[in-house]
Amino acid sequence: MDLHFGDSKPTDDERAAVDALLGPPESSWEGADRSDADLRWARGGREARDRRDLLLPGLHAINDRIGWISEGALDYLCRRLTVPPSEAYGVATFYAMFSVKPRPATVLHVCTDLACAATGASELCAGIESALGPGVHVERSPCLGLCERAPAALAIKAGDPVRTAVSAPATVHDAVLAASAPDSAPQEPPAAMAVPQAGDPGLTLLSRVGVVDPSSLDDYRAHGGYTALRRAFEIGPAGVIREVTDSGLVGRGGAAFPTGRKWQATASQPDHPHYLVCNADESEPGTFKDRVIMEGDPYALIEAMTIAAYATGAHKGYLYLRGEYPRALARLEHAIAQARARGLLGDDVLGQGYAFDIEIRRGAGAYICGEETALFNSIEGYRGEPRSKPPFPVEKGLFGKPTVENNVETLVNVLPILTMGAPAYAAIGTERSTGPKLFCVSGSVARPGIYELPFGATLGELLELAGVRDGLRAVLLGGAAGGFVRPDELGIPLTFEGTREAGTTLGSGVVMAFDDTVPLPRLLLRIAEFFRDESCGQCVPCRVGTVRQEEALHRIAERTGAAAADDIALLREVGRAMRDASICGLGQTAWNAVESAIDRLGAYE
Amino acid sequence: MTVVPLGIPRRLLEFTIDGEPVRTTEGSTILDACRAAGKDIPTLCEGDTLRPKNACRVCVVEVEGSRTLVPACSRKAEAGMEVRTGTERARHSRKIVLELLASSVDLSTTSQVAGWIKEYEAKPDRFGPDAARLNEEPKVDNELYVRDYDKCILCYKCVDACGDQWQNSFAISVAGRGFDARIAVEHDAPLTDSACVYCGNCIEVCPTGALSFKSEFDMRAAGTWDESAQTETTTVCAYCGVGCNLTLHVQDNEIVKVTSPHDNPVTHGNLCIKGRFGYQHVQNRD
Ligand SMILES: Cc1cc2nc3c(=O)[nH]c(=O)nc-3n(C[C@H](O)[C@H](O)[C@H](O)COP(=O)(O)O)c2cc1C
Ligand code: SF4
Ligand code: SF4
Ligand code: SF4
Ligand code: FES
Ligand code: FES
Repeated sequence: MDLHFGDSKPTDDERAAVDALLGPPESSWEGADRSDADLRWARGGREARDRRDLLLPGLHAINDRIGWISEGALDYLCRRLTVPPSEAYGVATFYAMFSVKPRPATVLHVCTDLACAATGASELCAGIESALGPGVHVERSPCLGLCERAPAALAIKAGDPVRTAVSAPATVHDAVLAASAPDSAPQEPPAAMAVPQAGDPGLTLLSRVGVVDPSSLDDYRAHGGYTALRRAFEIGPAGVIREVTDSGLVGRGGAAFPTGRKWQATASQPDHPHYLVCNADESEPGTFKDRVIMEGDPYALIEAMTIAAYATGAHKGYLYLRGEYPRALARLEHAIAQARARGLLGDDVLGQGYAFDIEIRRGAGAYICGEETALFNSIEGYRGEPRSKPPFPVEKGLFGKPTVENNVETLVNVLPILTMGAPAYAAIGTERSTGPKLFCVSGSVARPGIYELPFGATLGELLELAGVRDGLRAVLLGGAAGGFVRPDELGIPLTFEGTREAGTTLGSGVVMAFDDTVPLPRLLLRIAEFFRDESCGQCVPCRVGTVRQEEALHRIAERTGAAAADDIALLREVGRAMRDASICGLGQTAWNAVESAIDRLGAYE
Repeated sequence: MTVVPLGIPRRLLEFTIDGEPVRTTEGSTILDACRAAGKDIPTLCEGDTLRPKNACRVCVVEVEGSRTLVPACSRKAEAGMEVRTGTERARHSRKIVLELLASSVDLSTTSQVAGWIKEYEAKPDRFGPDAARLNEEPKVDNELYVRDYDKCILCYKCVDACGDQWQNSFAISVAGRGFDARIAVEHDAPLTDSACVYCGNCIEVCPTGALSFKSEFDMRAAGTWDESAQTETTTVCAYCGVGCNLTLHVQDNEIVKVTSPHDNPVTHGNLCIKGRFGYQHVQNRD
């Protein structure tokens, strides 16, 4: 490989940001000043190339310190990692949180997605823009995962260290304060505020949220922490997989794949090493359950990851966390460091001679990186484009090795499975949807938040708990990739099979209620816009199809009946090809919600 | 003598295409088997010298038991598979893909696509006059080749050819995301500021004419490009001892471009700057 670097130089700050991550360069071959010794040897670069996966952290380091990524900074990072600058440029321009053009050090992300749109995000945005000076760049953002406190804004102020502040529910005044002085902005409410049932003795997954101190390992242990891992060591990896299989646990990330089968398939791969990936990307509009677990009970996730890794023979776990979750990042970093210091992570977990450690990787604003194979590419330092399957991750996943990837909520379910035993767990819920389930309720309800219910409760029961308001017009199940149902369909049981029978989906557990004050066509346009923005652009049906669908929805925004018929036919034809021929789940589901609004809600009739 | 690597013998597997039993060697794709069986499946991003990227989705077929359609160009054939190539479902997706592409980029120099558009009754105009298009000016920033991304279907072939599959120059990559994704060099700079060594291997694999010889670009602009009046002569490059095959495309007794046969086991269609572009001395008649 004959790499070509331009002659643009990094500033001292940019160089320091990269060196803080990678250490100082050793020779002029990786960006140091040339010394006499450098003239007498050449480096193949293989060693540095093996660190390609540090590209994304490197881009974060620069973006965090400076606020954007200049030519000189990018070239310097490329030299350090032996990455071709054209590829690094391709990666940097893939993520919404990075900029390769100069911009102010502070960026204020204002959510304009579904729940926030319904609570006046566009007026908020306009207000903020006129109140803020040129020192802040306002960015209209997809769902920030704070829907229970909609409308939401997140300020990120570059520097050393980078500062962040969240404002939710946001007012013009609060958001401006967060952006101009993130350090003195008011504290976020505790995670438990997002759990209206907090403290209820009937809770399983959420039992510790609001009860334990999320920064204290001792408190976690005092509340039953690490009993599940002890049990795992007692019964051995095969025993853990048997319990998980018998429990009937299926994935909570949206695809509902049986977890035990996935673990078994990974564990039995002869190729090594095996990897564990925790998918904490949570960018589905309307989803915020993983954030609440990570903020309110971070050790539970670490314990669950340790068990999953032990069962599947992995010694290294990656926690891929969406870039817009600063508080979850801080809590998890702290918890991992504590666990490591106390021998609960590291070379000899719990003195059992089993080695396991966790590394956090931050996403940088790309919904598609939640797709399992796109997530691998993102960690590896490539563009977050999904890979085609087969081969499946259990065979060739992260770094081409057998990998088990699970959602945060899925993993956390493993703790009660081991402590109460598979039969007791499987007795919760229904025969085919076992266990407790978290639902993210937002929109037109009195008490938005995360609810834990056994599978099988009806949509109506859940909405009653959350205090649904009068004039309910529609409920979006499963997020932007899910589907709308009518107010007269509240009897739908919240199970995988029940929603499937009703011709809809449970997805990742999103329940967004919209009353009749919310303009439906605007909502549908926002969904189309979301998918157009978030398509990776790799395959034609999705790259162009999402654009054509958005155009058609714009055309019919104010039309109904016969005047909309042609465009609705067009939407259907394009939607069908997207579902059939797209590479990944994004393109395959992008048309679901709009289709359901047309078919079930009679939008545009 | 050409040495053909034989490798270890591979097993045959049996499956059906459109109900007919077929046999193919393990490791071959559905497309290989379809072609051997005489089935015509359109392809755009598939390239005979590159690993399939399966990004265009124009080659999709139905495979029994699969929830979605399957790209024939990259999915390996498996024993017992039941493949159907011409179902209404597969034809619908191909038609829409052709419409989506033709509505967003200029396919006038993409070979075969006009025939498929007719065959599938694709109507790219039905997205209306305001349908977003690329609408980019050709990038003419060097004397050897022109990048006209208004014709680019983002098949990734040039990226793969310039990158780890052939040239290892990594001059170009995909930048941006979604509809805004584009082939670009770092910082969107001109090609002359990039790692490009002007081997032209990217032009060799580009299926749409988005990458073309400056000579061809200029002649097209002047209206003098006439493929029917061209002859092709394959010869051996005279520059060095490797012995790469060159195919000289000659119009009116002038070399207008140079390609290279993909079935050559040594070069697979790859050349260097001299073989690709250094032909002026041949026609220097002073
Ligand atoms: C476009 C797209 C986005 C996704 N986003 C997420 C996500 O944010 N979190 C998640 O856990 N799974 C997400 N998934 C599902 C994952 O691909 C994968 O199925 C899941 O992480 C597997 O874990 P599970 O079996 O525990 O559910 C997404 C899938 C697609 C197609
Ligand atoms: S479906 Fe969309 S997001 Fe998925 S690979 Fe294709 S373009 Fe990318
Ligand atoms: S001419 Fe060669 S080096 Fe230049 S971009 Fe094309 S493939 Fe890469
Ligand atoms: S320039 Fe040509 S080869 Fe490259 S992606 Fe576009 S169409 Fe494909
Ligand atoms: S935070 Fe705005 S919609 Fe989720
Ligand atoms: S030719 Fe198969 S997807 Fe493009």
